[in-house]
Amino acid sequence: MKAIRKIDETVFPNEEKTRKKKGFQRKKEAAELTKQEEFVKKHRRHHHEIASWRTILFVLFLVLWEISADFKWIDSFFFSSPSRVARCFAEQLQNNSMLSHIGVTLFETLFSFLLVLLFSLLVSTLLWYSPKLSEILEPYLVVLNSLPKSALAPLFIVWLGTGSRTIIVAGMSVAIFGSIISFYTGFQQVDPEKITLIYTLGGSRRDAFSKVVLPGSIPILLSTAKVNIGLALVGVIIGEFLAARRGLGYLIIYGSQVFQLDMVITSIIVLCIIALGFYKSIQIIEHQIKIRFKM
Amino acid sequence: MQNILELKNIGYSYHSLHGETKALKDISFGVREGEFIAIVGPSGCGKSTLLSIIAGLLDPEEGTIVVNNPDGSLHYPKIGYMLQRDHLFEWRTVYRNVTLGLELNHTMTKEHLETVERLLTDYGLDKFRDKRPSELSGGMKQRAALIRTLALEPQLLLLDEPFSALDYQTRLFVSADICRLIRAAGKTMIIITHDLSEAISLADRIIVLSGRPAVVKKEVTVALTLADDSPLAARNAPEFQQYFNLLWEELTHESNPQN
Repeated sequence: MKAIRKIDETVFPNEEKTRKKKGFQRKKEAAELTKQEEFVKKHRRHHHEIASWRTILFVLFLVLWEISADFKWIDSFFFSSPSRVARCFAEQLQNNSMLSHIGVTLFETLFSFLLVLLFSLLVSTLLWYSPKLSEILEPYLVVLNSLPKSALAPLFIVWLGTGSRTIIVAGMSVAIFGSIISFYTGFQQVDPEKITLIYTLGGSRRDAFSKVVLPGSIPILLSTAKVNIGLALVGVIIGEFLAARRGLGYLIIYGSQVFQLDMVITSIIVLCIIALGFYKSIQIIEHQIKIRFKM
Repeated sequence: MQNILELKNIGYSYHSLHGETKALKDISFGVREGEFIAIVGPSGCGKSTLLSIIAGLLDPEEGTIVVNNPDGSLHYPKIGYMLQRDHLFEWRTVYRNVTLGLELNHTMTKEHLETVERLLTDYGLDKFRDKRPSELSGGMKQRAALIRTLALEPQLLLLDEPFSALDYQTRLFVSADICRLIRAAGKTMIIITHDLSEAISLADRIIVLSGRPAVVKKEVTVALTLADDSPLAARNAPEFQQYFNLLWEELTHESNPQN
């Protein structure tokens, strides 16, 4: 290479050489561009690969399930099959009951989720304002948080009857204590120097809360919300098991009692989709807030 | 010039169930108007406690602080406090960060906002007003924190190791820069530092504290022959080494009792 370049230098006049050099540079730029493109391509390919494997896994599972039911490797009376689930879903859609069951469960979950957010934000704010109160209440919160909430459900039924009220309270009971504790812990993790800063600038404890503690805890609020929506769904289903005449939890219990396991499995699959939908929606909200606050 | 503040026999202890830890004992010194005072001392000797007392964030257990305003009034001088880190809030723009103090005091008046505008322009942060703190360099963040403090028009600035989070090179420039700006604004300043060179190059007077419980061990008035205005000028002054040795001696005598 070296030898050839030397010959080039001697043979070509200066002008030619500079032109060559420019050409070489352009080539280099082009090479860099393709490297960038290559990176993007690689990135995309990776994502395609992941997405296709996910789909393949899903389809494979469905096919295997269907085949094993068809060939009687498994008893489709107990284990159902994709085609039976689809038929069951269609039937339920036709007599309109499925949509109303889904609607009831969605409504109850969202309502108890929002109430949990509201209440735990209020209580944890109060706890932050009064360290004495938080010290007094700490053992109670810990006990209530570790208590299996399903144990409370029968009480709720006696107190509140069988209806949406009971279900919503059951949904709340699962998430609220943990949520209060997470919010309060989040508030306490805020850098104490930042709070001192507010005081040095002449602010009050209320300013410290609204200007530092609350905006500084947004990531924790969001991650707790993500957990809470799942927990609210758990609580609502437990409540519906015991006290409902509508909703997916009711459908599951009813299905199992009359040995219509297609109905049970269909409801469970619908629940999976609902849980995924909730998680994704909170993720989108989280993303939007992060863009808004440039976090 | 007369003292605007006079600390008289200030004492302070921290209490726990295991007993009492005396942090400050019998601290007395005066602060003159427009003066730059550096407080040095072994780490953990209670320098920050002293500053918090002067700022009014803590009440002294013993002693008093006498206010002696030039105009004869008795109100405590307005304090501006700069903490160890800039603590600019990432969820606010630079502009909303520097106006935080005004917002907290409900004094977003036209005059005050004009002061902020002028400071932003003077300190070269005008173009960055809508940026987030993370987009600024270390020096610019310190300047923004200074504007946030100065926006409240304090008479006395308290700086608690304000440059300790910066790397050495940035620190040299930023400390000289910030102190130049504070001098230009005609403020009185008390700075805590553990860096002796910084103390000598920035202050008019250095107060050396002993280890716990801290007492005033020595007061050194600094007079340097300066060649120019650069951050390194003070460190190149012929007297610099003498001051350094003097302070070093005071502090090392402290930490090695057998000497």
